[in-house]
Order: sequence, then structure tokens, then C-alpha cells
Amino acid sequence: MLKIENLHVSIKGREILKGVNLEVNAGEVHAIMGPNGTGKSTLASVIAGKDGYDVTEGNIIYKGKNLMDLSIEDRAREGIFIGFQYPVEIPGVSIANFMRTALNEIRQYRGLDPLNGAQFLKLMNEKKKVVELTEKLSNRSVNEGFSGGEKKRNEIFQMAMLEPTLSILDETDSGLDIDALRIVANGVNQLKSPDNATIVITHYQRLLDYIVPDVVHVLFDGKIVKTGPKELALELEKRGYDWIKEEYEQRKLS
Amino acid sequence: MKPFDEYSKQLKNYTLQQQPDPYLPVEEYFTCQVANMGSVMLPLLNGWYVHKDSHLTRYENGVVAGSLKAAIQECPELVDAHLNQLAAEDKDDLTASNETQYTDGIFIYVPDNVKVPQPFQIVSLVNSREDLLVQTRNIIHVGRNAELSLIQCDDSSKYGKTFLNIFTGIFLEENARLHYYKTENKEAESLLFHHINVYQKRYSFFLSNAITFNAGYVCNNIHVNLNEPFAEAQLYGLYLVDKTQHCDNRIKVLHNCPDCKSFQLYKGIMDDDAEASFHGHVVVQPDAQRTNAFQTNRNILLTDKAKINTQPFLEIYADDVQCSHGATVGQLDDEALYYLRTRGIGERSARKLLMFAFANEICQHVDIQALKDRLSDMVQRRLDGELTICDQCMMHNADNGHLIFPIDPTKL
Ligand SMILES: Nc1ncnc2c1ncn2[C@@H]1O[C@H](COP(=O)(O)OP(=O)(O)OP(=O)(O)O)[C@@H](O)[C@H]1O
Ligand SMILES: [Mg+2]
Repeated sequence: MLKIENLHVSIKGREILKGVNLEVNAGEVHAIMGPNGTGKSTLASVIAGKDGYDVTEGNIIYKGKNLMDLSIEDRAREGIFIGFQYPVEIPGVSIANFMRTALNEIRQYRGLDPLNGAQFLKLMNEKKKVVELTEKLSNRSVNEGFSGGEKKRNEIFQMAMLEPTLSILDETDSGLDIDALRIVANGVNQLKSPDNATIVITHYQRLLDYIVPDVVHVLFDGKIVKTGPKELALELEKRGYDWIKEEYEQRKLS
Repeated sequence: MKPFDEYSKQLKNYTLQQQPDPYLPVEEYFTCQVANMGSVMLPLLNGWYVHKDSHLTRYENGVVAGSLKAAIQECPELVDAHLNQLAAEDKDDLTASNETQYTDGIFIYVPDNVKVPQPFQIVSLVNSREDLLVQTRNIIHVGRNAELSLIQCDDSSKYGKTFLNIFTGIFLEENARLHYYKTENKEAESLLFHHINVYQKRYSFFLSNAITFNAGYVCNNIHVNLNEPFAEAQLYGLYLVDKTQHCDNRIKVLHNCPDCKSFQLYKGIMDDDAEASFHGHVVVQPDAQRTNAFQTNRNILLTDKAKINTQPFLEIYADDVQCSHGATVGQLDDEALYYLRTRGIGERSARKLLMFAFANEICQHVDIQALKDRLSDMVQRRLDGELTICDQCMMHNADNGHLIFPIDPTKL
């Protein structure tokens, strides 16, 4: 589904990603871990198509298409979803209006009829249950005045609404209390299917207790320096990143 | 912004209508079709109060409303003091010409302790083949502990050029509350000056919310005098202008005594060659301690040729005050735009959503639900290019459709 080959990315002339290789297939869950500032969010942003990121080398192929040829919105319409580490507040745009516009533009792109008001409300009420949202969303602005945890929950609600093929969840666990973590992780698991794939970016094993990854990657110094089974996350939790760094330095030397 | 005397020189090019039009059936011509407004209509045609028999209505609860000219005749004890107070004020050329030339206008008197249940709605229509000068004077009095919501629609129909020069005096007694909503739906050939003087006593509350949907030249002047402690004024404005339209908002708030509050939020979107200006002047007098005064003016320019001149200005002579002012001229929030697009929303729709959100903030400060919904809908359609003026007046339905100037969000 997703194939990243030797991806080099610079921001304002500074190279952040220095040759990332990653392949994700339908039905898989991948975890990406790694120390702060090593380029995890950058990778998510490049996949989303954010301005200001120069791909100097390499490719991102998604469902056989070169992602770089697609606009931000077309990537989303092709089924890519980013759960942001820091979701922005958009005062004055109601969540309902936001989601309805998004859903209907995606449907139009795919040649489907728009949902009418009643159909949309029904869908929204169904999807709210995925993340156990009880409050009315129709008159709340997108993320405005939301707590950190509420914002993350709202990201997964949006994911449930848009039913993406490839979701990249950037530190969705940060800021969540213990119950919310379980709820959000449950939501992600409910949305899992053999046809879609998820990449979770996280610093903590506790999320991976719920969302069990098939593969764990460690991103360091702009590269994926280690890939392993889910047990790798446990090992990182115990031992930290120093041994990874050492391994990496030694490999560089030899 | 041109000085007033440039405009006042033009007054002579317009004809003042000396007599009211022959009676028009109010129900037929002055019907506001906005659902659930439930308002009491106060119709003005070419500056004259329209009536069949009664120039002035006295309601059971003691409210008096109707023609100012009639009120001067029939109840001078309610009017004269206010007129005299206005006469004693400093005047510019336009307010001076209004004082000597006004033909008629609206008078509303709300007695002490009366909370008027339904909003009053002034619909001022201009419909003439001549280049018409309209000099209107309104007096609004809200008594102690009394409350009123007032809507004013300034509309024009087709035909000649018009110069409207409106002066409104608002007198709020102790603990009175007035919510004053205005929509300005003028055509490109028209000049509209509206000068409002507000005098507030202890604990009174004044809210003004003026939305300019379309205009040739519009100038909204508001002078608020916070004359006794604990009075509060909230002033909101929105101007959506394109083509060669021009809209000025000139605000002056005088904090003349301690413990008063004033708040201003004005927003605008300018497209094509449109121009707008905001002059917000707050004066905090030496003994006006514990003043709270805030003013903000935010603008979006859609073209290089569109112009905004923004001058928020605080003049503070007291030391124990909380005041702030700020102005922005800019673009939409890139991060928000990005976020919307990552959800599959195209760039054009995303911009529209954000522009609507920007403008609609002003509509949120409307307490009449039916009006709020209507204004939001009009803002949406104005930005979509589907409408430039309110189309829910009978007068407009006759010549619908020839005033479409879309604001184009793709130009951002
Ligand atoms: N817009 C930007 N402008 C300049 N530098 C940036 C920008 N965005 C990211 N960077 C830099 O790129 C590097 C990688 O940042 P990124 O946010 O991808 O890290 P991360 O792995 O997600 O970290 P964390 O675990 O703290 O979230 C950092 O050094 C950061 O300062
Ligand atoms: Mg990050």
C-alpha cells in the first residue's frame, strides 16, 4: 500500500530525513518510535503534503501512485489520514460542518453522491460511539477550547468518519488519561480491517499494549535504523535508545 | 478616508423630498419575510415615516413609537430635552445639515421598567427616480430598567442616486438595555452616513452590531458617552465590500467616569478595489479609574488593490485601567487551511470555510435567534457570491438579481 524509498527531506535547507525506507501493506499496523526531534512528525507531514518540506531524493508510492503528484486534499481523498500531534484550533468552523464538507468532497472525488443532512447526522452519531463521544458536536468549533486529550479523541473521531485506508497517528496517546487512552486505542482497533493500514508514532509501550503492532521501527537521525517485532518496543521501554545509538554509530564506522 | 466636508459639498447635488410619498400599504411593501422575526415594523420611505392614520402609536405598556415629527407635536415632553441635548453637541458639516434639514425619522420611547417583548424593526427604503437626499433623525429613549431590541435595515431599491444622512440619538437611563442591530444593503450608487450618539447612565448596557453587506459609500459613526459608572458598551461591526465600494467605521468611546466597560470588535473582508477604514478612538478621562476598554479590528484583503486603513487609538488619562487595542490585516491562517485540506477539503472550499468563520464571528453577537440565523446565512451567501443584499424585503423582490457582485475567496 505504501512504499517509501530512500526518502530525503529538507526543511529550509536543513536535511531532516536522510534516506527513509518503509513498506506498509494492507492489514498491517506499524509503530514508529524514536527520540525527540528525529523526524517522525516530519515524515507524517511529508506524507500529508505539507508545504515547506523539500523532497530532495527518493519516492513515496501509495497505492501505485507517486504521492508527490497529488495535492494535500487529493491525498486525503485517496484515503490518507493524519492524526496530528498538535491539532489546530479553528474557531468558527463547527465540527459538523467541517466533517460534512470533508466527507462530501471525498465522496465527490470518488464519484459518490453527497450525504444529505439526515444521513450525515446518523453517520456522525454512529461514529461518535467509536470514541465514546457523548456531547453534541454540531455547535462546537473544531478543537477550539478542547483539552489536549479531547483534541486527540476528536482526531480519532474524524478518522472514524472518513474511513481512511492509511492512517498515520502521531502521538495520539500523548495527553490522554488512562481511560481515554483505552477508549482511543479501542476506537483505532475497531476501525482496523484487512484493507487498511495504520502507522502509530509513539514514545510509549502502553499504547502498543492496546494497539498491537506487527512491526516496530526506530527512527533516528532521519533514518529508520532498526526494525523488529512488537517485542522491540518492550525492549526500548526497558533500555532506552542509547544502545540503538551505539549500534548505529558502530555501523556507521564499519 | 476623505474628510466629511468633501461629502457635505455634494449634498447640493441631491434633492430633498419635502413631502412624504402618498400612502403606501405598509403590509404590502414593508414586509420582512425573514422567518420568526416577530418584529414590530417601523417603516421609512425616502426618509418619511409611512402611516395610514396614526403617525405615532401608543402601546398598552406605555411604549410610544412612530414618526419623530409627530412626536415633536404630540408629546414634546418626551422629545424636546433630547433634541436640545443633541443640538448642544459639536457638529461636523453633515450632522449640522441633518439638524437643520431632517424631514422625519423614528421616535421610540420605552418607559421605565418596561421590557419590550418583541424587537422593533426600522426598515428604511429609498425608492426614487431623482437623485434623492434623505435627512433622517431618530430618537431612541430606553427608560430605567427597561429593555429594547432594535433592528435597522437600510435598503434601497432601484432608480437614482441617493445620499442618506441619518442621525440617531440614543438615551439610556439607569440600568437600561438596548441591543441595536443594523444591516446595510445599499447599492453602489448610494452614499449612506449614519451618525449615532449614545448617552449612557449608570449600569446601562448598549450593544451595537452593524453589518455592511453592500454599499456605495457607507460611513458608520458611533459616539458613545459613558457618563455614569458601571455603564457598558459593546460595539461589533462587519463589512463585506467589493468592486469599488467603500466603508468607514469611526468609533469614539468616551469613558467619562470610573468603572465603565467598552468593547469593540470590527472585522472586514475587502475584494477588488474596495476600500474600508476603521478609526476606533477610546478616551479614558482622568477620573475614569477601573476602566476596561478593548478594541480589535481584523481585516482580510483579497486583492492588492483593495485597501484598509485601520487606526485603533487609545487616549488614556487615568492610571488604573485595563485597555488593549489591536489591528490585523492579513490572510487566512495557513495551519488551519492545511488542517482542513488534510481532511479532503479542497483549497477553495477550505478558504471559504475559514472566511465564513472569520466573518460569522460577528453574527454570533446577535441575541435574536431568527436574526442571527438570517445574518449568518446572508454572510455565507454574500461570500458565495449568491447575494449582495437582503432579499427578504418585499421592495427588493421586485427587482431581484441584478446586484450580484461575488467576493471571490480564491483570490487570497
Ligand atoms: N517547520 C519547521 N521548521 C524548522 N525546523 C523544523 C520544522 N519542523 C520540524 N523541524 C525540525 O525537524 C526536526 C524533526 O522534527 P520532528 O517534529 O519531525 O521530530 P519528531 O521526531 O516528531 O519529535 P517529537 O518526538 O518531539 O515529536 C527537529 O529538529 C525540528 O526542530
Ligand atoms: Mg513529533
